[in-house]
Amino acid sequence: MSIAWNAFTPASALIGGAIIGAAAALFAVLNGRIAGVSGILGGLARPQAGDISWRIAFVAGLIAAPLAWRLLAALPEIRVDTSYFTLASAGLLVGIGTRYGGGCTSGHGVCGVSRMSPRSIVATLAFMAAGFATVYVARHLISQ
Amino acid sequence: MYTAASFTAGFVFGLGLLVSGMANPAKVLGFLDLAGAWDPSLALVMAGAVAVAAGAFALMKKRTRTLLGAPVLLPTPRRIDRRLILGSLVFGVGWGLAGICPGPALVLSGTGSAKGLVFLAAMIAGNGIFEFFERRAARA
Repeated sequence: MSIAWNAFTPASALIGGAIIGAAAALFAVLNGRIAGVSGILGGLARPQAGDISWRIAFVAGLIAAPLAWRLLAALPEIRVDTSYFTLASAGLLVGIGTRYGGGCTSGHGVCGVSRMSPRSIVATLAFMAAGFATVYVARHLISQ
Repeated sequence: MYTAASFTAGFVFGLGLLVSGMANPAKVLGFLDLAGAWDPSLALVMAGAVAVAAGAFALMKKRTRTLLGAPVLLPTPRRIDRRLILGSLVFGVGWGLAGICPGPALVLSGTGSAKGLVFLAAMIAGNGIFEFFERRAARA
């Protein structure tokens, strides 16, 4: 392992993380719910009366963030080097896996770890380990 | 009121993803690439988020109503089972392939990125596949 100091952005990472944490805190304190994106989106697949608008509003907020940002400033760097085929496969796996495992980086990772939920800590370790292993295989074993 | 609070939370969450670099798939993959030139930034995103959110969750654990009067609906399951681990592993493989998880998928789509939209469409399809099998299992 070598650390990519030129890519390391500790200040924006900490500040951005704190903003994410503030959003999760706001949602817990006002709406009493977990800001778990896969679960919020997934709940729309089984629409129930009174349980739809807050979900759509949260999703709309996420989509609106880059739109509003753009009105005031240029968006930060966003680079997607992955091919369309790999993106589509990855999206399928993320869609199935997050629902089967009951959460993603936001629900298990940010909220669950903040709540010190043993379930979420195990889930977070599992998806991080799988993420590390996948990048290792893709970058260092296959594409040599 | 709840809808407005929900939109605000999603919006602030999205801004945080943009500021932190989580919405940049190349940066996420740089974090997941332990054996390459490793970018540790995203560990600090997690640390910053948990440091801020932990207090709010500790407070809500003691309350049954939110500040707006809504019931507190934080998850109660404690079982660590096959579904949790297998699902999280599958998610991790997809995350490692693209560097995109569900929140950033929505933010990326908001930037109008065609690749973000393809990922989001596939993710929603994956959701549909999950629902199909869940409902079939429920009927059986």
